[in-house]
Amino acid sequence: MNIHEYQGKQLLKGFGAPVADGVPVFKIEEAEAAAKALPGPLYVVKSQIHAGGRGKGKFKELPADAKGGVRLAKSVDEVVAFAKEMLGNTLVTKQTGPAGKQVNRLYIEDGADIDRELYLSILVDRSVGRVAFVVSTEGGMDIEAVAHDTPEKIITVAIDPEKGVTADDLKALNGALKLSGDAAKDGESLFPILYKAFVEKDMSLLEVNPLIVMKNGRLRVLDAKVSFDNNALFRHADVLELRDTTEEDAKEIEASKYDLAYVALDGNIGCMVNGAGLAMATMDIIKLYGAEPANFLDVGGGASKEKVTAAFKIITADPAVKGILINIFGGIMKCDIIAEGVIAAVKEVGLKVPLVVRLEGTNAELGKKIINESGLNVVSADDLDDAAKKIVAAVKGN
Amino acid sequence: MSILIDKNTKILVQGLTGNTGSFHTEQALAYHGTQMVGGIHPKKGGEKWDGSVPLPIFSTVAEGKEKTGANASVVYVPPAGAAAAIIEAIDAEIPLIVCITEGIPVSDMIKVKARLDRSASRLIGPNCPGIVTPDQCKIGIMPGNIFRKGSVGVVSRSGTLTYEAVFQTTNAGLGQSTAVGIGGDPVKGTEFIDMLEMFLADDETKSIIMIGEIGGSAEEDAAQFLIDEAKRGRKKPMAGFIAGRTAPEGRTMGHAGAVISGGKGGAEDKIAAMEAAGIRVSPSPARLGTTLVEAIKG
Repeated sequence: MNIHEYQGKQLLKGFGAPVADGVPVFKIEEAEAAAKALPGPLYVVKSQIHAGGRGKGKFKELPADAKGGVRLAKSVDEVVAFAKEMLGNTLVTKQTGPAGKQVNRLYIEDGADIDRELYLSILVDRSVGRVAFVVSTEGGMDIEAVAHDTPEKIITVAIDPEKGVTADDLKALNGALKLSGDAAKDGESLFPILYKAFVEKDMSLLEVNPLIVMKNGRLRVLDAKVSFDNNALFRHADVLELRDTTEEDAKEIEASKYDLAYVALDGNIGCMVNGAGLAMATMDIIKLYGAEPANFLDVGGGASKEKVTAAFKIITADPAVKGILINIFGGIMKCDIIAEGVIAAVKEVGLKVPLVVRLEGTNAELGKKIINESGLNVVSADDLDDAAKKIVAAVKGN
Repeated sequence: MSILIDKNTKILVQGLTGNTGSFHTEQALAYHGTQMVGGIHPKKGGEKWDGSVPLPIFSTVAEGKEKTGANASVVYVPPAGAAAAIIEAIDAEIPLIVCITEGIPVSDMIKVKARLDRSASRLIGPNCPGIVTPDQCKIGIMPGNIFRKGSVGVVSRSGTLTYEAVFQTTNAGLGQSTAVGIGGDPVKGTEFIDMLEMFLADDETKSIIMIGEIGGSAEEDAAQFLIDEAKRGRKKPMAGFIAGRTAPEGRTMGHAGAVISGGKGGAEDKIAAMEAAGIRVSPSPARLGTTLVEAIKG
């Protein structure tokens, strides 16, 4: 689960991290009061969407030479003028895709005098099974480009979970970021704070880009991108309250209600599969035969008839879907349960596109029999290869 | 010989009394008499399991191990308590722990991993389908009827793709020595390298199928391991597959570990690394068996 920058900063502030004063704004009328609540004379007006690259992003509705999604304002009037241009409009960035994302929230923040921009993130380094800091002196820019062009400028410090951030770790981090004096002292207090926030809130990513050294020599968290481990949300009711469902795909929200793993994609073949690996492999084989999957959908191991019905409805509700492939290799999952769920769903919502079903494993024969005797227009497939060929041919009208 | 488990393996079930634990314990008992020797429940110690065999229930793993001589445990405990269950098994010095549970918080697994590194226990999983040595022993949730005793070592990050590999090698007449699902989580007990080392050392394993997926760099690490071992003359015919060629960046594809982030963990890099290590990587998940047959022919 992702949250907005301003929510991430408020959360980090609660742990004692140095962040600028700021006020979130949901309506244009709120912008003036928000700016007046800040000391000035510099303000930063930041679009709040769950995607990066906002500064270089462009608003669809504005002329091409208009400013981007993060703007520096020099007066309260300018803050208000920017808010009018930004709120409600669609920001297109490198990460949003061409459709962009509507900006429904702004964050008005106190401006800072920047001396140096650094990069810091905390994530799980799976090669060592530990939480690790990733830092670089090259902050404020696309860190993936830095990693590609100058990998030696990115330094990783893994943290021993039983010791926490040690004096040696602090030395390594300060050294890697070339911090000295007040900034180094700030680092010694900030790094353990960020680590504590990461671990206590079960984050999966905490990215501060940039972390800045101000002209007065002090550190400040200038941006915050925070994602949480979905598997741990059950123990963080406070984090769940920060969820903004307007940033999520409606079909994915519906799927999550039924505990279905669903990801919307751009193609036209809807897929229902059991198991994440097989679901990905099913998408891959569709592509291999020259078509594109409309979604990733894992019904999971122990799906009920109701869950299968819900999954089928979510797939058929997508107008882009021109054909459906159901691929089940039953282990725990029994093929007859899948068959019954599909038939129940078809009876309820109808079937307007070709449907190919491949059933293998536990109770496969029974499942096939149920489908064959249902009188529905379903093409059954012998194996995965056969199934993929048949659905691609059906969608292409062969 | 097989790896990890055989007909002498004695297994305790952590989470025996739940639906999933009960169902799969019945399946294991029915699979060539896999030796399920007891269950663990902190409040039901001294009671008997109400399954087809009245297995004893112990309050702790240590007690269960002492009374049954168990040398393995399987964990079906729900996510919130699964890490504590694994740690209990580590503390009881159970040599082989298999965790089926999906959805354990990563931070819990980081703690488990730290404990595991200081122990002699091996953990398979979590979020995995388990291990099967055909005709001898089945731990976990894999369907027993697709296996056939044979010569292929199967290792996979994905459960249902393990079934595909097993099913296809059975149909190809090769059968399996042992099949292991190592699990789809980012932090886990056993990586590809550990399994490949065991399969290379096992005389009964004549060829290997390795199935990876997007996310992380375990496949690349495994490929480097294979290159290094081949230089020492250790090499077996291998086929492979990587799931997630078509997955978009930045989206987690079902498994917590299956995500391409920061341009890393993509399928093409993994496939290139595996091919450089001499693995025949099938473009299609439906041709794992035939690809391995070609690899064996050379």
